[in-house]
Amino acid sequence: METQTIKNKETSKKATERISGSEAIVRCLIEEDIKIIYGYPGGAIMPVYDELYKYQDKIHHVLTRHEQGATHSAQGFARISGKVGVAIATSGPGATNLITGIADAQIDSTPMVCITGQVPSHLLGSDAFQETDIVGISTPVTKWNCQVTKAADIPAALAKAFYIARSGRPGPVLVDITKDAQFEEFDFSYEKCTKVRSYVPVPKTNVKSIEAAAKLINEAKKPFVVWGQGVILSEAEEAFKAVIEKAGIPSAWTILGASAIPTKHPLNVGMVGMHGNYAPNVLTNECDVLIAIGMRFDDRVTGKLDEYATQAKVIHFEIDPSEVDKNVKTDVAVLGDAKASLEAILPLINENSHTEWCQKFADLYAIEYEKVIKNDIHPTKEGLTMGEVINQINIESKGEAAIVSDVGQHQMIACRYAEFNKTKSNITSGGLGTMGFGLPAAIGAKMAAPDREVVSISGDGGYQMTIQELGTIFQQKAAVKVVVLNNEFLGMVRQWQQLFFDKRYASTEMTNPNFVAIAEGYYIKAKKVTKREELAAAVKEMMESKEAYFLEVCVEKEGNVFPMVPSGASVSDVRLE
Amino acid sequence: MSTEKQFFTISVYTENNIGLLNRISAIFQRRHVNIESLNTSPSEIEGVSKFTIVVSMTEVNIKKIIGQIEKQVEVIKAYYHNDDETIYQISGLFKIKSELLFEEPQIQNIIKESYARIVTVNTNFFVLEKSGRKQELVDLHEKLSVFGIMQYTRSGRIAVTKEEMKISTLLETYNN
Repeated sequence: METQTIKNKETSKKATERISGSEAIVRCLIEEDIKIIYGYPGGAIMPVYDELYKYQDKIHHVLTRHEQGATHSAQGFARISGKVGVAIATSGPGATNLITGIADAQIDSTPMVCITGQVPSHLLGSDAFQETDIVGISTPVTKWNCQVTKAADIPAALAKAFYIARSGRPGPVLVDITKDAQFEEFDFSYEKCTKVRSYVPVPKTNVKSIEAAAKLINEAKKPFVVWGQGVILSEAEEAFKAVIEKAGIPSAWTILGASAIPTKHPLNVGMVGMHGNYAPNVLTNECDVLIAIGMRFDDRVTGKLDEYATQAKVIHFEIDPSEVDKNVKTDVAVLGDAKASLEAILPLINENSHTEWCQKFADLYAIEYEKVIKNDIHPTKEGLTMGEVINQINIESKGEAAIVSDVGQHQMIACRYAEFNKTKSNITSGGLGTMGFGLPAAIGAKMAAPDREVVSISGDGGYQMTIQELGTIFQQKAAVKVVVLNNEFLGMVRQWQQLFFDKRYASTEMTNPNFVAIAEGYYIKAKKVTKREELAAAVKEMMESKEAYFLEVCVEKEGNVFPMVPSGASVSDVRLE
Repeated sequence: MSTEKQFFTISVYTENNIGLLNRISAIFQRRHVNIESLNTSPSEIEGVSKFTIVVSMTEVNIKKIIGQIEKQVEVIKAYYHNDDETIYQISGLFKIKSELLFEEPQIQNIIKESYARIVTVNTNFFVLEKSGRKQELVDLHEKLSVFGIMQYTRSGRIAVTKEEMKISTLLETYNN
């Protein structure tokens, strides 16, 4: 492995202009139509910031309060817009602070380009001030990364970075650029990358697999769809809806698939997985054909693998060949882009309604409603529940808001009960479960979709992991609605301690600060609700606010999230209490 | 598909880029798979590198590993083969005191019988090179260690397959 070559075969000669590497970085971003970037300055990236100062009419730089906030904001931006989010940071600690967001973006297939400054190339490997091997550190959590030590390599590296980040199964990419490369002048020209030899972003779809899948679907008596984020990423929502409506297949979503079709769609039977709905979990083990679309059979979805849908023929629509047969053995793998595959299969499938089979979902929903949902969203006992807060937000938003949740009990409750009428409306950290994701991600989401209502929902634990981003909200005048469901516990861990560790609440009780005072300290309107009768008015006031608004709701301390598939149990062993 | 662990030779054709070694080895590390040997070198195609990796694992798992390897942006193609499907060699170097060459007649016999090659001789030491299957090197090591070995090192496995690996055809399709 001797020399680094960043080849872009498609590059053709264009008119050139002599500029510095740092100016080239900014110009590359402009060429890629990037208008907002998130970041934090520092020594090794200062030349770029100097250029950003010059180009501030073209690119708006958002100064987050921590580099982790920059990545999560870039993720929130990407998730709601479907475009690439960009985060920049300096070398060393700046770069390492990006890692959590990068890892989160990797596992949740979020397109993101991170640009880090690096010490000058003659100091590389010398333990220079603020030097870390960020390419080495980020390798396991990036789709691709590289280090650039010459200005002339910058355009091709960034073009390749954007292409890789957004194409195929999207993901985060990191480009590390030494300070001397930022200063060096060269003849700049930019050509977008459209191809990288050896990289096949979308595998070829085999027509036979489409036909085989259609045959299985047509012959199925009890077909069941589990869809994931792949439907949203490939913008296959319409094709997806057309397929399930034509074939009359009850369909459930993974946490990242939420909002691809409206919550109230008659064939939308809820969420699968550990805290998913009762019917889709139980009936996973009763369906005869399981159709997985753009999802990867995460262990939180499947529970005990050798008892997961063993009775069913499995069809897997998937863009990433390495996901096929990784966890669940498939009978038919339809490789390719979900939209193209679903459009291709639509004419091959028969119209059907599966009335009796759909009724089974309705019957189990009725059981879940009686035992869980009713008490969650219309509680009668003392103590506010998380579910009733989400329900109140639904009433005010009418399902039009984007809900950005953090990680924990409130996340599961938000995903279970939030109503969505629009796609790309559920923004949360699925695969990595990153506490602290919610608040900065909501900032990015709001900036990408300023006309949409963006509600950030956090627990008191995760909120305090990135609470400093209130400063970003204030400075950017980002009209994010911030809700903290405060139970003075790290609620999800406490729930597990209650159920599986004999109620030994080791280090999960939190003594919290005056959250309202903190928000007001950042000049953000704030309110605290402790009683049920105050809730509706407070949520209404928040949703009607034209500016950012902070709402703390003190909820019952030891509320639990049910249904629950205990870790390692079969999905059909889902517990309702 | 066999669920028994066995030795596989993995051939990975890649672009010649910095960092790929890290990416590929990390795939094994994450799954707690110990790499028995690893060799990287230029391949028969200009600008294309080849990794030859030997691991012991089940076929079910190696298929998953191959999928993860091929997923890397700069990997052109990865294959796995069992020992019957490849022709492979490793190479070893033995550094031995020169006086033994002259004072121990048995040493000369060992060299002759094992088809080892003397690479260099000077007043202090001589160096033997032996290529072959792992067991041949182990046997030679055993015989020589009676007399004392100053230094010993063995290379990773290098292998070619009996079946054709159509990398050039694949690259042509990429270029179109």
